[in-house]
This record gives sequence, structure tokens and C-alpha cells, in this order.
Amino acid sequence: MTRTAFTPNWTARGALLALALYCVFAVTQLDISWARILTGFGEGGRFLARMWPPNFERWDTLVEGMLESIQIAVLSSVAGIILSLPLGLMAARNLSPAWVSAPVRGFIALCRSLHYVIVAILFVKAVGFGALAGVAALTVASMGFIAKLFAEAIEEISMKQVEAVRATGAGPAGVLLYGVLPQVASRFVGFCIYQLDSNLRNSTLVGIVGAGGIGGTLFAAFKRFDYDFVAAILLSIIALIFLAELVSARVRKALQ
Amino acid sequence: MSAGLSLRGLSKAYVPGKPVLRDITLDFAPEGVTAIIGPSGTGKSTLIRCINRLVEPSGGQVLLDGQDLVPLRGRELRLARRRIGMVFQEYNLVERLSVMENLLSGRLGYVPLWRAWLRKYPAEDIARAFELLDAVGLPDHATRRADALSGGQRQRVGIARALMQRPALLLADEPTSSLDPRTAVEVMELLTTLTQREQVPVIINIHNVELAKRYCGRIIGMHQGAVVFDGPPEALEASHLQLIYGGEGWQE
Amino acid sequence: MSTSLDREWQRFTPTQRIGRWLLWLAIVAACVWAVRSIEIIPEFLADAPQQMADLLLRMWPPDLGHYRIGVHDALIETLHIATLGTVLSFTMAVPLALLTARNVCPWAPVNALANLLLVASRSVNSLVWALLFVAVFGPGALAGVLAIAFRSVGFVGKLLAEAIEETPRGPMEAMAAVGAPWGHGMLKGMWPQVQPAFWGIALFRWDINVRESAVLGLVGAGGIGVALDDAINFFHWDRVATILLAILVVVVIAEIVVTQIRKRLI
Repeated sequence: MTRTAFTPNWTARGALLALALYCVFAVTQLDISWARILTGFGEGGRFLARMWPPNFERWDTLVEGMLESIQIAVLSSVAGIILSLPLGLMAARNLSPAWVSAPVRGFIALCRSLHYVIVAILFVKAVGFGALAGVAALTVASMGFIAKLFAEAIEEISMKQVEAVRATGAGPAGVLLYGVLPQVASRFVGFCIYQLDSNLRNSTLVGIVGAGGIGGTLFAAFKRFDYDFVAAILLSIIALIFLAELVSARVRKALQ
Repeated sequence: MSAGLSLRGLSKAYVPGKPVLRDITLDFAPEGVTAIIGPSGTGKSTLIRCINRLVEPSGGQVLLDGQDLVPLRGRELRLARRRIGMVFQEYNLVERLSVMENLLSGRLGYVPLWRAWLRKYPAEDIARAFELLDAVGLPDHATRRADALSGGQRQRVGIARALMQRPALLLADEPTSSLDPRTAVEVMELLTTLTQREQVPVIINIHNVELAKRYCGRIIGMHQGAVVFDGPPEALEASHLQLIYGGEGWQE
Repeated sequence: MSTSLDREWQRFTPTQRIGRWLLWLAIVAACVWAVRSIEIIPEFLADAPQQMADLLLRMWPPDLGHYRIGVHDALIETLHIATLGTVLSFTMAVPLALLTARNVCPWAPVNALANLLLVASRSVNSLVWALLFVAVFGPGALAGVLAIAFRSVGFVGKLLAEAIEETPRGPMEAMAAVGAPWGHGMLKGMWPQVQPAFWGIALFRWDINVRESAVLGLVGAGGIGVALDDAINFFHWDRVATILLAILVVVVIAEIVVTQIRKRLI
């Protein structure tokens, strides 16, 4: 009678082996070779050398692009937040009947599934180059994010409190104002700040497909091999994101 | 016949064929405290909730001052509900609002929406709220948040909120079950004296037979969705309790 | 009784009210500033719904026949990029996470340096990483894999480091007490505690990476984005619709797969 001290977990081992084999297979599929990687390293050194020192000479273009990115972020966040409120309420299965919540949930899922850059391309084609397309694309993304989390937060509220307010004879709006919103308000504000932060990051990017903001400037500099200007833009973007992260962390702490 | 509450053949089945309330017919005087006692799951809560239609009755009539509440919809239902105050077992205060906002939510059926939104309530409502806060013994708690209060304090706020409605009827669903024995007595005392002062009739679901006998002028015993005892507390005897709660040895 | 009439009730204290007013004022001011100075052409704005409808009409019906010719291979390439990128990011993120975690690496300057690298990785979007790598390695999937990997390092490293820092010290101490070398301690004392978080993070990031890798092709870093870019540039809107549908389906399937695996693991 032999006793085994451990039961080997064959499923896990098999899965890991499969993952390793897959990685090797995928590398061959993607035409990745050492030769290419090595040339890349040499190329990378030259590339970095050309980026240094960052060139801030065209700071006016830089500032203009950054400001436009911030404007895109602000407008898309505000629009997204305003639209998310009713969407979230309609998507919450404990407040809305199924024939309302199901299609709204589908719409929210659709907003979330498509990457905002793809949405931005579509808007650029539809409404032309410029900040409007960026605002529209990030509004769609914000709706998808905030409305989903808002709906989930509403589904977690205590219905007893809602019932109590309903029992006083309050109408639907009264129930919403006194029974529902107080329970979810602070979380909603949290989602909004988070989304403002992420809109700020993304607004520096949508310009790559022509939807306004600093991304356009960045892409143009790349195409012209203006790598020292690229470095300057990247540093500015990183600084902005850093700042935004600090501020939003501060605000979130103050709210608690 | 026109004054007070009457139930006519009220019945309720959550699942068809399994009635929780069977053909309840009762008349309530427009004053005084009535207790409904009975084992858990016997439909006491359902009965109370059928009166203000938080639960939809399957059949029968709920007559308040001669008006049948069962067919009411939308706005009419809300107008009926605002005349019926309700106190809940787990207080059901809106936890993240202040005590004062919870009290004023009792006026939601009366004030226009913009006032509710901006918290611009009529001065008389606010004066009334302060009065009730004094009456329930929480004069300095107006700006505290509801989730900062103890259980007994919350139930006091719950009672005050219901009275803010200036109700024609007060329903209380197990108002003392979540409280410790001493606080339970205090809350019952408060509930009965205040409603007597305001001349509001009370229907109260209660587990504790002793409290029911001590504070209520009339006791209704329910068993499996039907009324099996109805009379003054003095008339309630051990045999009745056996009928209501079933079995023999529950008293030991 | 009469005192109650004199008492006033306000929802907020005066300081709170001023604070709220200032906050609202700031929000409104930000919106006004943005609306006034942003370059939005009113005609475009008025035209937008019609243009959108027009675009959607041109997408319908999708050219599903195009899937086998021009979409399928690119889609598979996208999945390869996402998976390889995720795996590669872990090879970089695990050491960095260990160096960031204060209970593993006691030297504060090293913690700070590792954390700085993680933050830097997070601050640059994957599309920007892709631009950089396309410039270095030329267009193709290699740049895509590296872009995904470098963007993910910061995300994965941060979450892993947090998971490591939250582990109780007990098991590690027990390992030290039996005289196990550091490596054994990590393997038997630390790893079992971190394992669920590890796989959770891996799945979570892979799901994100599937979405992200779909757009990398727009800057030439391989995958389905290349096909999308071509179709858009040639105004083959029915093909664009096919590609978008394909992306949508893959994203949804990835999400379902991740939730299923996560359920099994936990």
C-alpha cells in the first residue's frame, strides 16, 4: 500500500504546458526572430539618442494641443456623466421593468465593447476631423463605464429603505431622490472622478486618429521623425497624467 | 361605518393555491392601538402590507374612511399612502441622510418635487419636525446621519417620520423585534402615548404577547392566515394562545 | 413648544454650502471654458446625427464574405499579440513587483525605483508604446507584442505588489523558522498565498489586452487593426462593419471565457 503525499494536479500542469507550447507556436506564427530583435536593439539605441534632449522649442503648439485634450476630457466627462444618470437608472434591474433594463443594458454593453479609438475613427469619418469626434468618442466610452457601474451600485442598494419612502406616499421622483440616490451618490461621484481621470489619459490619444487633442501633434511629429519633439510631448503627457492622478487621489480622499 | 379602517374578505396568495391570508374581515375603530399576534410566517406582515399596498392583495377590499384602496393606481394610490404612516421592523431609515431629512421624507407625498430636491420645505413642516424630535426625545439629533444612531434611536426617528405624514392610520410592522427588551418597552411606550396624543389609530404586528397585552386595547390573534382570536387583552387566555401558536409546550 | 418655531434647519453648515457652491462654480466654469475655446464647427455638430446615420447605412449589410479572406488571420494574430504580450509582461512584472513589495525587498530606494518603473509603464498608453516600438522594430506584430507587454507591466506589477504586501507574515516566518532558504520560503510560504491573486490579475489583464490589441494595427503594430485601417482608408464600409462585428464577438467571448475560468479557479 503506497500512500502519495501529494495529489498531482494534472489539469493545472497540463494547462501550463499547453500555455508554454502555445507561446512557442504563436511566436513562430508572428514572424518574430532573434535577428529582428537584435537589429531592433541597435535601432532602439539610435532612436533614444535622437529623442534626447527633448525639444520644447515649439511649446506653443504643445500647450495648444494639451489644452484641447483637457477640453475634450472635460466635455466628454460632463456629457457622459449626464447621460449615464438616466441610463444607469434604467439599466438597474431592481428599479426598472425587464423590457426597459434589457435593451439599455445591451446598449451599455455595446458602448463598452468597442475600444474608444475605434469609436473615435467612426466619429471622425462621420463628423469630420477635430475635437468634436474626440468628445463624442469619449462620451460613448464614459457612458459605458459609468452607467454600468452605476447600475450595479443601484442593484446593491437596500430596497427596505426604498420601500419605506414609498410607504410615505412619495411619487417615483421622490422615491428616487430620497430612497435611491442617497444610497448611491458617493459611489457615483467616485466613478465620475475615476472616469474624468481616464478620459484625461485617453484624450491625449484620440488625436492619433484625427479626433483632436495632443495626440494629433504627437502622431505628426512621429511621422516627420521629429523624435526630440516626440520626447517633449511624451514628457508633457506623462506630467499631465501624473498631476491628474495626484489630484483625483486627493479629491477621493477628501470625499471619504 | 365610514370612519376608520375596514378589511372585507381580504386574501393574498404569493403562489396560486397557497394562500397566506384567507378571507380576512375586520373593522378597526378610528382610535386606539390594535395588536396582531401570531407565529412567524402566519401572514401578519403581509396583512399590514396589504393595507398600504406595499403588497398587492389577491382579493377583497381595504376600506379607509369608506374608500376602497385596492383598485387605486398611480397618483391616487400615493394620495392614499400618504395618509397611512408606517413603522418598520428594521427601521428602514435612509441611512445616508440626516435625521431631519429622514423626518422630512415623511412629507414627500405632500410637497412639490422641487422643494424635496432643494430641501426647501415649508417652515411649518420643519417646525413640526423639531416638535416631533423633541417628543421622541432626540432634540439635538437633527443633523446627525441616520447610520450614526443606535437601534432604539433609529426606531424613534422611524416613528417620528411616520407621524410627519399626519396620518389617519399608523401601521407598525414588528417595531420592537430588533431591539433589546428594555428599549422595546420604551419604544412601545413612546409609540402608544404619541399616537394617543395625536389621536391616530395604530395597527401593530408584534411577537411579544406581554407587550401586546400591556399596551394594546385590542388583540387579534392569527393562525395560518386566518383570524382565530379577536378581543380585549383581558379576554386572551392560555387556550387562545394555544390556538394561535399551536402545540402545547411553548409557554414553558 | 414655542422654541421649536425659532429653530432653523439647513441641510449643510455655512462652510459646507460655500464649499459646494465653489465646487459647482468650478465645474460650470470648466465647462464654459471648454465649450467656448474648443474648436467645434457648429455646422458639423448640427450635421452629426445625419452623418452618423449615413455611415451606418453604408455599413449595412456587412460584407461577411470578406471575413475568410481578410479578417480571420488578422483576428488570430490579434489574439496571439494579446496573449504573448500578457505572458511577456508577467516575466517583467514579477521581478519588479517583488522589488516593489516592502515585505520582500527591504531597501527603500530599490522599492522606489521599481515603483517608478511601474508608474512610467502605466503612464504611457499602449498605442503610444506601439508607436515607439514601430519606430524601433518596424511595423508588424513584434511591435504589438512589446507594446502590450510594456503597457501591462505597470498594471500587473502594481496589483501583484499590492497582493504580495497584503500577505500575512506568518507562513514566511514559519519557513524561516524551519531553516528554509529564501527561495524555498518564497515558493512554499509566499506563492500559495499570492497564487489566486496572480491568476486573477493575469485573466483580468488578458481580457483588457484583447481589446487593446485590436487597435494597435492603426499605427502599424499588427493584428486586426491593420485590416480595419485598410478598410476605412478605402471606404469599404461593409467590410468595416464585418471587422467591427468580429472584434465585438471576440471581445464578448474573451469576457465570457475569463469569467468562466475565474469561477473555476475560485
